[in-house]
Amino acid sequence: MTQATLTPAPAPAPARPLARLRDPAWYQEYGVYAAVAVLLVFNALFTEHFMTADNLRTQLVQVAPIVIVALGMALVIGTEGIDLSVGSTMALAAALLPLYLGYGLVPGLVVALLAGAVVGAVNGTLVSLIGLQPIVATLALFVGGRGIALVMADGQLKQIINPDILALGTGSFLGVPLVVLIAGVLAVAVAFLVRRTTFGRQIVAVGGNRSAASLAGLPVTRVLMGVYILCGVLAALAGILATARLTASDPSSLGTLMELSAITAVVVGGTPLNGGSIRVLGTVAGALLMQLLRATLVKHDLPDSTAQIAQAAIIIAAVYVARERRSR
Amino acid sequence: MAPPEAAAQAPAESTPPAAGTVLEARAVSKRFPGVVALDNVSFSLRAGETHALVGENGAGKSTLIKVLTGVYRPDEGEVRMTGQQVRFARPFEAQQAGISTIYQEVNLVPLMSVARNIFLGREPKNRFGLIDFGRMHRETTELLDGFGVHVDPRRPLHTLGIGTQQMVALARAVSVNARVVVMDEPTSSLEPREVETLFRVIAGLRGQGIAVIYVSHRMDELYRICDRVTVLRDGRHIHTGDLAELNRMRLVSMMLGRDMAEVRRSGVTGFAAGGHDAERTPVLTASGLTRRHQLQDVSLSLYGGEVLGLGGLLGSGRSETAKALAGALSLDGGELTVGGRRLRRLTSAGAIRAGISLLPEDRKAEGIIPGLSVRENIVLAAMPRLSRAGVVSRRKQDRIVEVFMKRLRIKAAGPEQKVGELSGGNQQKVLLARWLCLEPKVLLLDEPTRGIDVGAKAEVQGLIDELAGEGLAVLLISSDIEELIEGADRIVVLRGGAVAGELSGDDVGESQLLEVLADHAPVPEGKAPAAQEDPR
Repeated sequence: MTQATLTPAPAPAPARPLARLRDPAWYQEYGVYAAVAVLLVFNALFTEHFMTADNLRTQLVQVAPIVIVALGMALVIGTEGIDLSVGSTMALAAALLPLYLGYGLVPGLVVALLAGAVVGAVNGTLVSLIGLQPIVATLALFVGGRGIALVMADGQLKQIINPDILALGTGSFLGVPLVVLIAGVLAVAVAFLVRRTTFGRQIVAVGGNRSAASLAGLPVTRVLMGVYILCGVLAALAGILATARLTASDPSSLGTLMELSAITAVVVGGTPLNGGSIRVLGTVAGALLMQLLRATLVKHDLPDSTAQIAQAAIIIAAVYVARERRSR
Repeated sequence: MAPPEAAAQAPAESTPPAAGTVLEARAVSKRFPGVVALDNVSFSLRAGETHALVGENGAGKSTLIKVLTGVYRPDEGEVRMTGQQVRFARPFEAQQAGISTIYQEVNLVPLMSVARNIFLGREPKNRFGLIDFGRMHRETTELLDGFGVHVDPRRPLHTLGIGTQQMVALARAVSVNARVVVMDEPTSSLEPREVETLFRVIAGLRGQGIAVIYVSHRMDELYRICDRVTVLRDGRHIHTGDLAELNRMRLVSMMLGRDMAEVRRSGVTGFAAGGHDAERTPVLTASGLTRRHQLQDVSLSLYGGEVLGLGGLLGSGRSETAKALAGALSLDGGELTVGGRRLRRLTSAGAIRAGISLLPEDRKAEGIIPGLSVRENIVLAAMPRLSRAGVVSRRKQDRIVEVFMKRLRIKAAGPEQKVGELSGGNQQKVLLARWLCLEPKVLLLDEPTRGIDVGAKAEVQGLIDELAGEGLAVLLISSDIEELIEGADRIVVLRGGAVAGELSGDDVGESQLLEVLADHAPVPEGKAPAAQEDPR
């Protein structure tokens, strides 16, 4: 593969658009966007009341927490890791939020986000300093995090009455829900982080070849630590926003299966699980695709179980396309 | 099967019993994409002999062993056992036929007990069809006692030392009726005492008529326990014969492919004739670098404007020394001084800050980041210097990348091409650019020209010359003896992880180097015997 391939990878032939569709690399690169477009077109034509502002807004509001968590997950996966604890982190943030809201909005938010950072720091320590495999390291807080959250919240659902928090969940700016706006801004910020900052490029380098990165003097431990902390903070933020929308703190069920939704979004978005590449926009599209798919099927009166099967098919297709790319 | 006698005998002096051939490879060839790993190689193993298999990297030792043990099937030629042609579809079939392999990493089940490991897959059963633990433990104890190893058979294997684990592996091999035992560098992680036990066991095997294929780079061991030797080089058979009739010099020169009578030619490599003018005070001084099993008390100095060659056979500790100098290997002892200042904590980042750069031996595993572009691979280590407030400046990157792509003549479709798509030579140049753009004071090059084409090789050699001319201190590790001698102004030779000698001035020559490598000539007193007494 490395033998004197001085010419660039086979150039796409714009003259024959159909030829491109046979190239697995094309799917890897643009497949997720094409799938989102296809779904939108399908719904515009065949689904009543789909392309309405109301419905689109609902879809976006629902997908926003997944996008936020998936952004952090994409960074972690870019280092050849995985973070199973994001759902529990959301619950932890949700449990802490009402406890400190009494001191005001800012202390409440800070404490909740700090909890996310602490979870991330624990994960980061286990992975980078102790050298545990990420799946095992984060499994600990996947299990324990929710337990701690329930202890903190006394196992109870708490109503949220702070108007500022509630505004976070329901408010909008120029017609765009705040939750969606926040997710959008974060996506742009993470994309900038990955593409343009030293830290971002170091994340990709560590994921691409850890021993090479380490020999090149990169602060591998610090990079891993930072990635897990970022992922934890993003998950905590998603927990706060989800709580605000629910108008209640529900640590027993908030964020369950979130880790799987986030991983799915990242994988469907074309970020390889073996690290070395992070597709931020793809991750956002991946989350959107899963959301739209489910909404489409539900709107056509298919049961949720069918939606799950369809989602499984998409995941397999995404993994298959990724495999094609690697063997190329 | 009776356990082998634990009595130590002097094996090399006794002739092996009955010279019947147990295992034979006839005119075997094996190709992999782009490489001929074995080219028409024949090999025969007599019953009861201990046969050394030697050669440098890429000689084809492992491939030959894998062909003999059923891991690979030969493209051409055949494998015969006691005169019958055999075709092993899987390693298991070779085991069934009586060929046992003891790998460097013990291939047993670490969490199971010693006895379970020895009887794995053939546990003695009682009349209820359950495992008869009593009998199993008893027989294990007897078997291991015969090897001079006294451990509780109930202990989980992983609680034992590596040496003992290897004995267990050996005991298992022998107790499954092995006729041939293959040992691949069995002593590389053993303590001296364990080595002695191993040698006793091997002597015992000989007494039972079991043949041993012994792969090692340690001359002392080979001469102590082996009867015959087969030398491979570049996938070809070079020599087979009695070890006693072959002196060390001759053996080493065969391994390295140097004819001792061959006159030194000049101008074959890309190095200019004539040395460099070294400075008087060392840029980097290492003293007493020590790491268990790998390095012992290695001291050396590097001067600006000089290429210091680091010679040694495979496993002599060359790469480990380079890594230690670059802060990439944790040490049990020793210190580094750069430009008169002692480095306190040894880390890669610290060494880089002090101006030390290491081009690692394994380009793929430790060098390139294949999915990133040529540009990003070049600026990888320099990124913090090209950034402001954590944001990388694209303009500064492009400037550096342009300069180095031109200077090193990196052939790529452009700076955005992925490094994984480049040829080996161009990947190596990208790595050199990564280090050179840091403007280091010391450049450590571990096999800089291995696996790259002839043109790129000459270019890299020319560059090394040029860099030393500019005042850089260069450490050059190379298995290509010609490259080492023509490139280096001075050569420090390692053997068994310790400094075995130093050649400088007119002494930098092939015959002198071979002599030190082979431990042939007297070397600075007090250094040479160390390698003999210690396994490393």
